[in-house]
Amino acid sequence: MEGADDMSAILDVRELHLRRGERTILAGATFTVARGGVAALMGPSGSGKTTILRAIAGLERFDRGTIDIEGVRLQGGIRPDSALLKRLRRQVGLVFQFHHLFDHLSALRNITLAPTHVLGVPMTAAESRARELLASLGVEHRASALPRELSGGEAQRVAIARALAVDPPMLMMDEPTASLDPSRRNELGELLARLAGQNRTILLSTHDDDFARRWATTILRMEGGVVV
Amino acid sequence: MSRSELLIVTILIVLLRTVSLPAQSQLTWAGDLEGGAPFVEADPNDPNKLTGFDVEIAELIARGLKRTPHFLFVPYASIDQAIERGTAEIGLSGMEDTPARRASMATTIPYYAFREVLAVRDADVNRFRGLADLRGRRVGTLGGTIAYEILLQGEGRYGLHAVSYDDDVHPYSDLLLGRVDGVLLDNVLAERRRKNMAGITVQPQAVATSHYVGVLAPPNAPLRDSIDEILRGAMADGRLETIFRKWGVWNDDQPALYANLIARKAVPAVSVSGSNELIGVSTMSRREATLRYLPSLVKAAGVTLILSCLSMAIAVALGVLIASGRVYGTGLIRLALTGYVELMRGTPVLLQLFVIYYGLAAVVKLPAFLAALAGLALNYAAYESEIYRGALEAIPLGQLEAARTLGLTERQVLRLVRGPQAFRIALAPMTNDFVALLKDSSLVSVLTVVELTKQTQIFATNLGSWVIPGSLCAAMYLLMSLPLGALARRLEERWKAPTT
Repeated sequence: MEGADDMSAILDVRELHLRRGERTILAGATFTVARGGVAALMGPSGSGKTTILRAIAGLERFDRGTIDIEGVRLQGGIRPDSALLKRLRRQVGLVFQFHHLFDHLSALRNITLAPTHVLGVPMTAAESRARELLASLGVEHRASALPRELSGGEAQRVAIARALAVDPPMLMMDEPTASLDPSRRNELGELLARLAGQNRTILLSTHDDDFARRWATTILRMEGGVVV
Repeated sequence: MSRSELLIVTILIVLLRTVSLPAQSQLTWAGDLEGGAPFVEADPNDPNKLTGFDVEIAELIARGLKRTPHFLFVPYASIDQAIERGTAEIGLSGMEDTPARRASMATTIPYYAFREVLAVRDADVNRFRGLADLRGRRVGTLGGTIAYEILLQGEGRYGLHAVSYDDDVHPYSDLLLGRVDGVLLDNVLAERRRKNMAGITVQPQAVATSHYVGVLAPPNAPLRDSIDEILRGAMADGRLETIFRKWGVWNDDQPALYANLIARKAVPAVSVSGSNELIGVSTMSRREATLRYLPSLVKAAGVTLILSCLSMAIAVALGVLIASGRVYGTGLIRLALTGYVELMRGTPVLLQLFVIYYGLAAVVKLPAFLAALAGLALNYAAYESEIYRGALEAIPLGQLEAARTLGLTERQVLRLVRGPQAFRIALAPMTNDFVALLKDSSLVSVLTVVELTKQTQIFATNLGSWVIPGSLCAAMYLLMSLPLGALARRLEERWKAPTT
């Protein structure tokens, strides 16, 4: 794929290399993701899907290569400073496979935490926006529940709402179908399609072929640390 | 009887003999080595040997009973209890002849008359001649003594402040440091200190007079009677005089006392100059005594509570800083903080209190309460920091990463996500530590702070019994610690419920 000159690309990943001891995790992974739409990163377990998402989110260091996203550049072997990370995180959100909701806060407070403390949104405004998000995801009735009181599907929706609350142009999801039964998977697919229609780009990792074929607009296949 | 039965009986007889024979041929006597010369001390040339006039009196009594003396170390404040439970037969360690002791124990006839004298700094010789001159001033003495009881009465009569010490050295060193303006103790102790420390003058006028006695358990009254006769004999033939002359404490008060005792006249336990008021509360009923002491116990419980709450608050704040430094800090900061924690955990809090109050006195003269507060807070901060460090490290990495991807700074992650969750984990061990601190705070009595345990001890000494003071003390500690546990449980339950 040749994406450097493609002005409609929101994400440009080039020659990502990462070794941990003797193990090669990434061996020059290169790909772009076009603005809008749902891109699915596919591949067997251990092919480096999650590592790439974590690297894009600024959680994982890599040895060589570059990641460009909306004018923010992460460079291999260089520790990003806090100002760069701050800009990066305005551009991209990540929904973890196991959600990682804040255990001590209700669903609503999980969602309002970042808008109030990172963006400086007043609490009342943040709360009504959070309720809107919960309603659009169909879980507004769980607003006051604690994370441990939520089902897997509910927790995922709250986690999506939490990531969307700071309004990043790109939303990444790590293995979103892993904990969902087939009917729930279709609901998720419809949700992602709707989000992509709202001028947002979705990048997800999955090894669920059916789901990817039905809902993804782009499919990227990974094997042995490269995108093939 | 078969051979094996015979063997068993023989062994039993041998065992019984080895157990019981020394007890009869020995006279076990209790004393406090910390009391030092001229009472009891380890011989500087041979620390295994004891010297002092109480040692020689114990030998004199043992010889009279045709036994050999056997010394048992018991802290001064616990000698009565040790005698009562039979750990030793007689207590000889400058034990004072108080009405309480006469009422609750079998005391011997007095063997030495002493005067309670006031010691002041050389510069104050003309200013502070007696207790009446010390209005609004702090006057120190050994806790649980006649002198302390006189000072407590002086609080009402002269408006002075009584300060209780656990030993007889620090009152005088604090006198020189200016922490107290006078020290009331008996002439034997005062003379000893005056010789060793420059700058102290002992006022000639006696504040009160009393005596040293031997202390036995009430059921041992017959043994006490034999000892009284031995002492009378030694008074008559000059053997006691020889002992006291040897130790440089013989004076004109003794012949008068001995003459009265040999003539079998009654000798009052304590006489206070210019007062007919009795010293001690043993003459009151238990009910009266309890009513008299209850306000001071409540006040002392207040000291315990305030001291514990304040030092815990400081310990928590410091503990959070130390834990954060150990989790987030650079190598050097971590090393320094780890060193601090290991030092504070690895040495006794009692030693730390001593260092802060007495050891640092040359550099910074902290008031007793502040020193106690600092000592407890610095010590507990080390323990709290370990709880918080463990709790911080128990928060799953995923929680932190989720917060980071939302754009929270590291500081915000700690304050909003990691800290609050860690605090919930730390709550139970923290409550535990607070209850422990509540009781550890009794250690600060060595810095002259009178808190609940110390006040109880004073009460018990004066009453001659631990039953009522001990029960009241236990009840007050429980009254303070039980609500804490309930509060912690309520907090935990509230945190389990949703926050909105």
